[in-house]
Amino acid sequence: MSMFYVQRGNYRDIAMTGADALVKSLELEKTEYVFGYPGVAICPFYDAILNTHIKAILVREEQNAAHAANGYARISGKVGVAVVTSGPGSTNIITGIATAFADSIPMVVITGQVESRLMGSDVFQEADISGACESFVKYSYIIRKADDIPKVVKEAFYIASSGRKGPVLIDVPVDIQQQEIKSFHYPEEVRLRTYRPTVQGNAVQIKKLFSRLSEAKRPILCIGGGVHLSGAVQKVKQFIEKFQIPAVCTMMGIGAMESNHPLFFGMVGNNGKIYGNWAMNESDLIIMAGARVADRSITQPDLITEHKVLVHIDVDPAEIGKNAGPEIPLVGDIASVFEDFNRHELKNSFEDWIRVLNKRKKEIEEAGLKIILDKLKKASLVTPEEFIYRLSIKMDKDAVYVADVGQNQLWSCANYQMRDGSFLTSGGMGTMGYSVPAAIGASLANPLRQVVAVCGDGAFQMCMMELATMKQFDIPVKIVVMKNNVLGLVRQYQHFFYQDRYSVTDLYGSPDLACIAAAYDMAFIKLSDNASMDEALDRFLSKREAVLMECDISPNELV
Amino acid sequence: MKRIYSVLVENRSGVLCKVAGLFWRRCFNIDSLAVGETEDKSVSNMVIVSSGDERTLEQIEKQLNKKLDIIKVRTFQEGEGICRELVLVKIRYSRENRKDIIENCQIMGAHIVDLGKIYMTIQMCDTPERVEMFLNTLKNVNITEIARTGTLAMLKISEQKENAQG
Repeated sequence: MSMFYVQRGNYRDIAMTGADALVKSLELEKTEYVFGYPGVAICPFYDAILNTHIKAILVREEQNAAHAANGYARISGKVGVAVVTSGPGSTNIITGIATAFADSIPMVVITGQVESRLMGSDVFQEADISGACESFVKYSYIIRKADDIPKVVKEAFYIASSGRKGPVLIDVPVDIQQQEIKSFHYPEEVRLRTYRPTVQGNAVQIKKLFSRLSEAKRPILCIGGGVHLSGAVQKVKQFIEKFQIPAVCTMMGIGAMESNHPLFFGMVGNNGKIYGNWAMNESDLIIMAGARVADRSITQPDLITEHKVLVHIDVDPAEIGKNAGPEIPLVGDIASVFEDFNRHELKNSFEDWIRVLNKRKKEIEEAGLKIILDKLKKASLVTPEEFIYRLSIKMDKDAVYVADVGQNQLWSCANYQMRDGSFLTSGGMGTMGYSVPAAIGASLANPLRQVVAVCGDGAFQMCMMELATMKQFDIPVKIVVMKNNVLGLVRQYQHFFYQDRYSVTDLYGSPDLACIAAAYDMAFIKLSDNASMDEALDRFLSKREAVLMECDISPNELV
Repeated sequence: MKRIYSVLVENRSGVLCKVAGLFWRRCFNIDSLAVGETEDKSVSNMVIVSSGDERTLEQIEKQLNKKLDIIKVRTFQEGEGICRELVLVKIRYSRENRKDIIENCQIMGAHIVDLGKIYMTIQMCDTPERVEMFLNTLKNVNITEIARTGTLAMLKISEQKENAQG
């Protein structure tokens, strides 16, 4: 029982405790928000945080603390911080950690732990969280003495935000949080003999790339999530424009280029643009920048290198050659590598290639438009493709769009019009329920930007408890729930591959969203047909406060 | 294909688990594993013998290099290294087979390090193949216990690249 936590003496008499040191270290890392959920094993931390300006955001379930920190990190460019308790608090956050790991999001997760002397004895609320998270954290620490705290926090932030970014776990036993720390010294720099990420690209490889580029006729650049993570969007754009090289992107690369840019040909992959995939297939040289070449974007990674030169740029050497063996591997930070690229000159022009691509794009877009117009006429409910399209062009130019997982994600990727905004989604892990908590984090990271979360009714029911967090902290996230009363993407899968034997995909019993909105004191808009789409979207987006929109679509819609 | 990984790691708790995890996540069997401190007390050396296809072995090497507790990874094939294994075997002997056993020990360079009325313990240190060969000679003997260290290996001097860290 929680008898274990009975305090011996008043530890608050101590000048500086481990918990104080943790909080002070976070302050020195310029942490604005911690997302989390308290419990007995993390109480000293949540006590110490009252003495600072760091704001603690109470989520309603621990997984969402990690998603909120994820959204915060992606919009602020800083490290997201989540703080939860031991045992179930820590195991609940695992999915959030794995989601961040799959998308290389910089994050520090602090978990409370039972008393050091009791660790390993299966006492109340004990879980071996560092062991459990081993395969999806970049690194983890168990703190054994309070004096180590400043060094560990400094290292954790450095590791999370450098090289290939990712989540770092710090497990802190409750007695260490209460222990006196003799002198607080925050290290100026980090020295780890085992960790020196490569930043600069190898000059020989870069030269080789340009020599191959000068021979190429149909080059293409594929923009991955790494371009966003290294803050290289402008440099990559400059590269595309300077050398007039057409580009496509992966799901995680969405947002780097405007949709109507004459050198941009959309997202590739299973659910990507036909002309984007066509461009990849027809090319004779592919530059993969910060992308994994994984199954979702490239159907047969090992075939990609046939008849073409593959150049793979990634900060993580282990990604290069994992799925496809490149001719030119280039390890380095995307921003630094493209800065080097932009200093080079290239004589040949790819005008003909670009003309062919644009012709193809136009043909396919026009054919697609016809299909949509036809669909719009026939539809009795809302047409999802058109809805996403109009939503994204009506949103503020710099708005944040958070897509959940399911059919809504694929419609979003295909129809979201990229301008100057950001597009967030759980690309690697595909975690349902990501959108609302990530949108909360994004909104806190920059309250001036409009934030819209789009999810299906399945994913929404996995995260709708966070409406309370939005209410409590006055976070004006706008939420669209595409409601079809089924788990659309799985149902679609069952339609195609299981001969319409629909199994466990009916969401009968889902709540009335108008009542949900009312229960959380939120504005509510219901959209049930295409005719009122524009008017409903205008009302939805003009609201300053949080608003929930129900968008009714047919369960038979296919992506 | 057998591959030997000689891995220098931080001498901390939990590191063995992280390294082993990289193998089992990919359903790779570790044929043998030997861990010990190096001349620097803060550094341990792990010698891991594993088998698998070239591509996966290369991926494991890259993933090992990525782990923050790992200082240096060197991999080589069995032939490129000096490999040794220590084995202790406890057997139950009889008057009939005692002489044969002692003779085999002498031929193979094994030593009897403990002797009782019906049991003896033999120690042998040699290449993994010769250790295997010796154990084969004991096939018809009643073996009660075997302890093997796993392969220890070091790259042959002749295989060292001149430009390698020296």
